[in-house]
Amino acid sequence: MFDLPAHSAYAMAAVLGLLVIASFIRLVLRKRNPDKDYTELRQRIQSWWWMVGVLFVVLAANKNLAIAFFGFLSFLALKEFLSILSVRQADRRAVFWAYVAIPLQYYWVSIGWYGMFIVFVPVFVFLFLPMRMVLIGETKGFIRSAGTLHWAVMLTVFSISHIAYLLTLPVKNLDAGALGLVLFILFMTQFNDVCQYVWGKMLGRHKIIPKVSPNKTWEGFIGGVGTITLCAGFAAPLLTPLTFNQGLGAGLLIGIGGFIGDVVISSVKRDLQIKDTGTLIPGHGGILDRIDSLLYTAPLFFHYLYYVAY
Amino acid sequence: MQRLAKVVFFGLLVKPLVLIVLGLNVRGRERLPRRGPAVIAANHNSHLDVLVLMSLFPLRQLHRVRPVAAADYFLRNPLISWFSRTCISIIPIDRSGHAEQDALFSDCQQALDQNAILIIFPEGSRGDPEKIGKIRKGIFYLLKERLDTPIVPVVMHGLGRALPRGEALLVPFNCDVVVGEPLPRPESAAQLTRQLGEAFTAQLEQCVTRQEVD
Repeated sequence: MFDLPAHSAYAMAAVLGLLVIASFIRLVLRKRNPDKDYTELRQRIQSWWWMVGVLFVVLAANKNLAIAFFGFLSFLALKEFLSILSVRQADRRAVFWAYVAIPLQYYWVSIGWYGMFIVFVPVFVFLFLPMRMVLIGETKGFIRSAGTLHWAVMLTVFSISHIAYLLTLPVKNLDAGALGLVLFILFMTQFNDVCQYVWGKMLGRHKIIPKVSPNKTWEGFIGGVGTITLCAGFAAPLLTPLTFNQGLGAGLLIGIGGFIGDVVISSVKRDLQIKDTGTLIPGHGGILDRIDSLLYTAPLFFHYLYYVAY
Repeated sequence: MQRLAKVVFFGLLVKPLVLIVLGLNVRGRERLPRRGPAVIAANHNSHLDVLVLMSLFPLRQLHRVRPVAAADYFLRNPLISWFSRTCISIIPIDRSGHAEQDALFSDCQQALDQNAILIIFPEGSRGDPEKIGKIRKGIFYLLKERLDTPIVPVVMHGLGRALPRGEALLVPFNCDVVVGEPLPRPESAAQLTRQLGEAFTAQLEQCVTRQEVD
């Protein structure tokens, strides 16, 4: 039905296999401890099935559909971000233009116009939005509004569009196709979250930034980064044009970047005194809670790859 | 016919709009009344309020949900009047203050007799964006012969940014909907407005979009 490159198809099958195992473990847990409440675990795993299912279908179906999908993800993330930030009533029209930037940015991606893709948000949107705000004319709180609005667009639109651009790059690993790059960055980033959590639970003792995120420890961080570096080294030659050694470098970048993305969004939430950024994904919270690490790993991995292999 | 129009309007237009363009953070959805007679008392900042509230109900229950809305506004011309009555099935109410109380509430009473779930905005008007205005006493006088009717307080926040009063451009923002516990049976109008005010304040605390806007 779908004409998938072999390595990408294996990677997808492996992810589905992991989900099957996770669902199976949950059923065993429920059987062993019938009194314990596993609602959140159930919701988390169910949501994973949905996210992975939708993602795989659009990725397998068609390149432009996949690019549009990441554009929609940007839209949901930007909307969620602006909704929790303090945006002035006077900024509504500037915010409207920030949304208009999304289809444009993803259009540049779809036609493979690299120069425009890379300057559009940091230059043109950056210059345009404050101008629109000036025309509205409310100066009280102007600096904060201009800053938060641009920051939100950079994180949710510019960063995330890097995942989509991976689909447009010329294919250098024919066994994996363009898909391989996207699967690599998404899987490594999410697996990094899991590894840092698991290492932290097992060995965690020394807190790393107690003021922002009391559960994060050096042990979790180092264990996670080490695991991902190794995994990325082995997976990179299969899914990307990178060699084993270059893959280690990518893994290191993803491990560290993922951690930073996570704690940046944690700081935002702590500042606003909220626990989750939304309730869109049952068991996970909002969309930003899920993609926080990707906000950092996507552009970092992209530019590393672009420098090393293109 | 009216029931069908309402289902089509909400199923094809309102629900997708509310889910995708707006996006809701709903807390306490399970506390929404499943059958009438019941009253939902909600704060009011935007025309979207009523659409959001109604979109929380499954399509097959929608015909029971009837917003009580200002006659002077929603019946002001034949087109708006037709739309309000057919697609939203409002119960118009006279805000001029000239009507007798019994006559004023007769349509609402009739709907409650038929197990409707009424949506009432006790502030009486949309007011300033994202501010809760003075809570009026109408709900008590409406229910004074049937004070056992459950009154469920609902707070919405964020819609005043998406579509505030006097603006035509809808800008997407997520909004919070917090459904509270039904209020205890009120003994007086003053008690009811106080209970509602306290419930609104407590529920507002649970909104993630509550950052001050000005």
